[in-house]
Amino acid sequence: MITLDNVHKSFGSNHVLRGVNLHVPRGSSMVIIGGSGTGKSVALKCVLGLVTPDSGQITVDGKPNDKGDRDAFLARFGMLFQGAALFDSLHVWENVAFRLLRGTLKRPRAEAREIAIEKLRRVGLKPDVADRFPAELSGGMQKRVGLARAIAADPEIIFFDEPTTGLDPIMSGVINDLIREIVVEMGATAMTITHDMSSVRAIADSVAMLHDGVIQWTGPVAEMDASGDPYLRQFITGSADGPIEAVR
Amino acid sequence: MTFLAAIGASVLSLLAGIGRVAIYALQALSHVFRPPFYGREFATALLNIGWLSLPVVGLTAIFTGGALALQIYAGGARFNAEAVVPQIVAIGMVRELGPVLVGLMIAARVTSSIAAEIATMKVTEQIDALVTLSTHPMKYLAVPRVLAGLITVPLLVGIGDVIGIFGGYAVGIGTLGFNPANYIKNTVDFLEPFDIISSLIKGAVFGFLATMMGCYFGVNSGRGAQGVGRATKSSVEAAAVLILAANFLLTGVFFSI
Repeated sequence: MITLDNVHKSFGSNHVLRGVNLHVPRGSSMVIIGGSGTGKSVALKCVLGLVTPDSGQITVDGKPNDKGDRDAFLARFGMLFQGAALFDSLHVWENVAFRLLRGTLKRPRAEAREIAIEKLRRVGLKPDVADRFPAELSGGMQKRVGLARAIAADPEIIFFDEPTTGLDPIMSGVINDLIREIVVEMGATAMTITHDMSSVRAIADSVAMLHDGVIQWTGPVAEMDASGDPYLRQFITGSADGPIEAVR
Repeated sequence: MTFLAAIGASVLSLLAGIGRVAIYALQALSHVFRPPFYGREFATALLNIGWLSLPVVGLTAIFTGGALALQIYAGGARFNAEAVVPQIVAIGMVRELGPVLVGLMIAARVTSSIAAEIATMKVTEQIDALVTLSTHPMKYLAVPRVLAGLITVPLLVGIGDVIGIFGGYAVGIGTLGFNPANYIKNTVDFLEPFDIISSLIKGAVFGFLATMMGCYFGVNSGRGAQGVGRATKSSVEAAAVLILAANFLLTGVFFSI
């Protein structure tokens, strides 16, 4: 469904992506792992068109992501950002229903609010949260609101950018379980980037490791531990010794 | 040679910057006439830029009008021209001080606020989130604010002009011993309709420049707190300089003999 074919991207002299090849089948959950600064977020943003690759091609259902109706393309996606990226000036429910209050999916405010409260309930938040502002919520609650916003318009494809960063282990587990449940229940295609191995094991059908601008290893999550790839082994064990330089 | 190269590089960098701002401004203006339109964001911008700027504009104008009356009286006394206080306060406020001071107060209050807000949205990925939610950041963030600046700043200038003249009147009557009826008559008789029209046109131009600089520097801010701070500072500097330069040009166009 989503294919990256020899994608390159540089920022000045920093060559972040040096020929990324990746295929994410429809309805599967792919997790991209890799150290900080290896280009995981850039790869995700290239798919969405937030960053334009220098070369290579990205297709979604066989169609290039930079051609055709941009709004219709983006309407197929939901995204949970690393810091939730909630709009400070809007109430929680307005954040969740943002897509339902404007554009082609616009609905009456009362109906949009009902849907937002239902989505908040789905991610484990009570309706009274709806009328608060994002700044009044804890980090874990903000992530849940971000998740509710990502699924509000029932997208076919959902991206999760570091979904458990900054959360305690218990809340991380809750968010991981929620993501897995929602992806399965919606039948959505999911791409997650993380360096949290507990997230990988909870969320992934398949795993791709990005290192030095290329996909170093990819395969089913069940084969990850026995892969024998020294880069992947070092990343899983978190060892300072191995082919990945500990100081970057 | 190195010195000349450095000057050349600075000039080229400046011209490139002017070009980028001009392109951004033209893009923003082109989006004003194309749907979708964000009415709630426009209403919020009208409130923030117009209504909530009234106290600072009013206080600036009344103190400036009062000080102007005192200065003109003291200066005029050197050649027995104390009686021209009402006329000079009126013309000074309406033609120059009203628009310029309101413009600069808007640059301080509104440009900084817009730049800091949008820059913070950028560093916290809120602008990327807008895009993924099929919302054009320029339409959602820039157009409502620029349009609100174009509409409300001329109104603020008009109000500032009136309050400034009133400041001069209060000082003239309370301290300088002018006759109230004569003061008002001299003010009204001396002002011409074009003085007021030029003042409002200046207000519209300054409102456009102030809001545009806030949006431009906010959207193009660097990373982190330092990036937000730099964007805010640069936006206010650019807005203030452009307002003063535009004022000089407009005054030349309107009143050159």
